[in-house]
Amino acid sequence: MSTKTDKTSTIPAQNSPVAPARRPLKEERFADRGGVINVFSHGFLAVWAIMIILPLVWVVLGSFKDNAEIGGSAWSWPSHWSFSAFGRAWSKGGIGGYFTNTLIVLAGSLTLTMLLGAMAAYVLARYEFRGNRIIFYMFVAGAMFPVYLALVPLFFMVKNLGSISPLLGLNSYLGLILVYVAYSLPFTVFFLHSFFRTLPTAVHEAAMMDGCSHARAFFQVMLPMAKSGLISVGIFNVLGQWNQYLLPVTLMQQQGGSDPDRSMLAQGLVNLASTSGYASDFPGLFAGMTIAMLPVLVVYLSFQKQVQSGLTSATLK
Amino acid sequence: MRHRKYPFIVGFLFLPVLLYTVLVIWPYIQTFGYSLTDWSGVSPSMNFVGFKNYTALLHDDIFMTALGHNLLLIVLLPVVTIVLALFFAFMLNVGGRGGTGGIQGVRGAGFYKVVFFFPQVLSVAILAVLFEAVYRSDGGGLLNGVLIKLGLENAQQPILWLSDPDLVFWCILAVLIWSGVGFYLVMFSAAMQSIPKDIYEAALLDGSGRGQTFFKITIPLLWDTIQTAWVYLAIAAMDAFALVSTMTPPAGIYGGGPNHRSEVLATYLMRNFLPFGKAGYACAMGVVIFFITLILSVVSLRVTRRERIEY
Repeated sequence: MSTKTDKTSTIPAQNSPVAPARRPLKEERFADRGGVINVFSHGFLAVWAIMIILPLVWVVLGSFKDNAEIGGSAWSWPSHWSFSAFGRAWSKGGIGGYFTNTLIVLAGSLTLTMLLGAMAAYVLARYEFRGNRIIFYMFVAGAMFPVYLALVPLFFMVKNLGSISPLLGLNSYLGLILVYVAYSLPFTVFFLHSFFRTLPTAVHEAAMMDGCSHARAFFQVMLPMAKSGLISVGIFNVLGQWNQYLLPVTLMQQQGGSDPDRSMLAQGLVNLASTSGYASDFPGLFAGMTIAMLPVLVVYLSFQKQVQSGLTSATLK
Repeated sequence: MRHRKYPFIVGFLFLPVLLYTVLVIWPYIQTFGYSLTDWSGVSPSMNFVGFKNYTALLHDDIFMTALGHNLLLIVLLPVVTIVLALFFAFMLNVGGRGGTGGIQGVRGAGFYKVVFFFPQVLSVAILAVLFEAVYRSDGGGLLNGVLIKLGLENAQQPILWLSDPDLVFWCILAVLIWSGVGFYLVMFSAAMQSIPKDIYEAALLDGSGRGQTFFKITIPLLWDTIQTAWVYLAIAAMDAFALVSTMTPPAGIYGGGPNHRSEVLATYLMRNFLPFGKAGYACAMGVVIFFITLILSVVSLRVTRRERIEY
């Protein structure tokens, strides 16, 4: 599935033998009915675009204002452009630390999700053995259930894991990574399962004839062939895990005073919002939001074709 | 070669299945068990109380309010989001003036698609904090600022938005719609682009206008996608945790106010679980959320089923 927007221009060329005869007729019709609706629809689209962009620009501008300017009127313009609020948000507001926490967790959870998800999906898609269907349906069923169903026991499960090893448990990176991976597996397995099924078997057979082991065939032959599917589901997982709020709020609370603050960026930002209300440092909060927003927006803008097609093809499968 | 197959299968499946069973499947099952106990979550002791938690839920006014809000969201969120997304997607893909022939979107379609998708890449917590500022109850809030500027609102009596019991629910719904439309727009766009252009051109030649094309061609051909979108949105409507818990008062105990006027099941569950220490009761709520989600998915897939059109 492609999301090319401008492929329409090639269509008339394909139909060139009939196109000249049709053309005047169509223009006539569109001229008849299109005019008013066009203005109307363009207006709608433009209003919605403004509704999206305005709050974002307003936040970025807000990080350059001072408290009085923010509280006074939404339309005030920053009187002097200083980056001090960004510094305050990064160090005093703790955004820098939250950013690092999030990067650590996402790096771990994404790698593991993709690796374990691809391994399970591959075996389930390509090998016949007893219990194959049961395991596959177990994964698929999990995707339909809301997290709330598991939330309370999950909390205690992670808490108990902490008594096995301090590396796991509540408010630990590894604990959260494993939880993220477990809850991303159903969709990843489901999606990659159908993807591995579509790949040709001949290449794999040839590799096996040449004496390649099962594991090596997977890593060196099948994975590279599945690259586009891996990218789609990878983007889906990045956004999904980056978006998580419920799981970190439940599992990443500080356990006692000496426990370091390992909040994720989403949590940290919400904390900053409540503390900056008390400390009345709204520019700091706006700067914090800007810091949290800009990197994703920049990444999205540079890869928007892949992100959009990745996300939609992942969900439409 | 064959003898090496089973060690390989077991080796590849062991970790994913272990992780999944311990952290997903087992907690799912445990919830049903805990929901039949009076467990506090703090002490290890618990008594079997049968369905007492469930009967208590029926008489819990706050729970019923929260349930009502979720059901209202389930109806409103998918309808509004899908209508807007379909309308925009149609405009962007086939709504444009037919210049040199053929069917095309309005000018700047690419730009709109990129912009409308923005909210989807921002974490929902960022959106919550962002809209807390937008809904600020004085002239410094963006929404009040805009309304004052347009002369629709008296600057001396700004609208309170999130602290107004009659408005808070609609404020939350608006954010959910605002952030969701872009994603479904892109989803519908992708589906529309897989419809062969010939069908639209044939319809045009037969003299159908834009409205007719939309209702008689686009909607029937997109039905599968709309159905999927409906299920996703209904599931999202059962959540709304991040927005309600951060944007609405009282802060610190997962919001839901003022006076429970924005309470949803998710926030009430969390409040019962962590601050109130009623783990068994919270589990019963989890089970209720599960059954509603299940019924929703099954019903919406069955009721809206139509004949699939191959092209």
